[in-house]
Amino acid sequence: MKRYHLEVHVKPRPGLLDPQGKAVAHALTDLGYAGVADVRVGKILEVDVEASSEADAQARGEEMCRKLLANPVTEDFRVTVVGVLEEA
Amino acid sequence: MRVAVITFPGSNCDYDGYQAFKLLEGFEPEFRWHRDRTLGSVDAVFLPGGFSYGDYLRPGAIAHLSPVMEAVKAFASGGGPVLGVCNGFQVLCESGLLPGALLRNETLRFRSHDVHLRVETTRSPFTSAYARNQVLRIPIAHGDGNYTASPEELAELEGDDRIPFRYCTSDGQLSPEANPNGSAHHIAGILNAHRNVLGMMPHPERAVEDVLGSTDGLGLFESLRAHLSGASLAGASIS
Repeated sequence: MKRYHLEVHVKPRPGLLDPQGKAVAHALTDLGYAGVADVRVGKILEVDVEASSEADAQARGEEMCRKLLANPVTEDFRVTVVGVLEEA
Repeated sequence: MRVAVITFPGSNCDYDGYQAFKLLEGFEPEFRWHRDRTLGSVDAVFLPGGFSYGDYLRPGAIAHLSPVMEAVKAFASGGGPVLGVCNGFQVLCESGLLPGALLRNETLRFRSHDVHLRVETTRSPFTSAYARNQVLRIPIAHGDGNYTASPEELAELEGDDRIPFRYCTSDGQLSPEANPNGSAHHIAGILNAHRNVLGMMPHPERAVEDVLGSTDGLGLFESLRAHLSGASLAGASIS
C-alpha cells in the first residue's frame, strides 16, 4: 500500500446559479477589471489516502465524491492523483 | 403518539420542535442523539433546524451520514411520517429522502423574518388541517434555502402535487419579491413520492403560540396528530 495525495475539485454545475460567483464577479468589476464575464466559486479538497495503485486511489477518490464530497444535484467534481507520498 | 426529535451537534431548533409537540395534547416528544442507531418505538420523526456539524462541506452533508439517519431512512421507507425543517430539510435532500438541493440564498444574505406561505395541497399527513390556498405567516431563518432540482424533478413535483407550500405575498400571490431565497417555482417545502416525508425551510414550530407572533404553524402539527390517530378531519377547525 502506498499513500497517494489526491486533489479533488468540486464546483457548481454549469448553468446552475452560483450567487457567490456572481458577487465576486461584481466585486472584480467594481475594482476596475473590465470584461469579467463570469466567476464560479468551487472548492479544492486535498485528500491523502492509502491505496494499492494510482488507479485504485483515483477510484477511491471518485467514490468519496459520489458519496459525500460533491452533491450530484448541484456540483461536478474532478479527482487528480498528484503524487505518491510514501510507503504506508 | 411518540415523536423522535433528532439532535445533531449544531442543531438549534430541537427544543423549539420539542416544545411545539409538547403543546399539543397527544404528542410525546423524545430526544434522540445523532449517534443513536435506533429510534425505538416512535410514530413520527422531527429533524430540526440549526447548523449540524457547522454546515461543514455543505449544509446537511455530514449529518446525513450520522448513525441515526440510517434509522430515520428505514422509518421513512416503512411509511413513517418524517418532518424536516430548515437544516432538517437540507439533511433530507442530502440523504436522498427528498429530491433536489438547497443552494445559497440568491441574495447571499441570511434571511430571518416572517414570510407568507400559500398552502398548495391538503393531501398529506402534514397539511390536511389547512385549506387549499390558505395563506400562512411563518418565520424563516436561513442562508441556504434556495431550492433547486432538475427540470424533470421539478415537473414531477408539480405533476404529483408534491409542493405543499410556496412563498407568496400576504394576499397569496406568487412574486419574485415574496420569494426570500430565489427558490425554483417559489418552493418553500416538498413531499416525497409517498407523501410521508416533508421538508420545508420555514419554521412551523416557531409559530404555535400567540406570544411567538403567529399560530399559523399549529395546523401542521394538528394535521400530523389527526393522521397518526387516524381521526376523521371532517368538521375539524383550525385554531
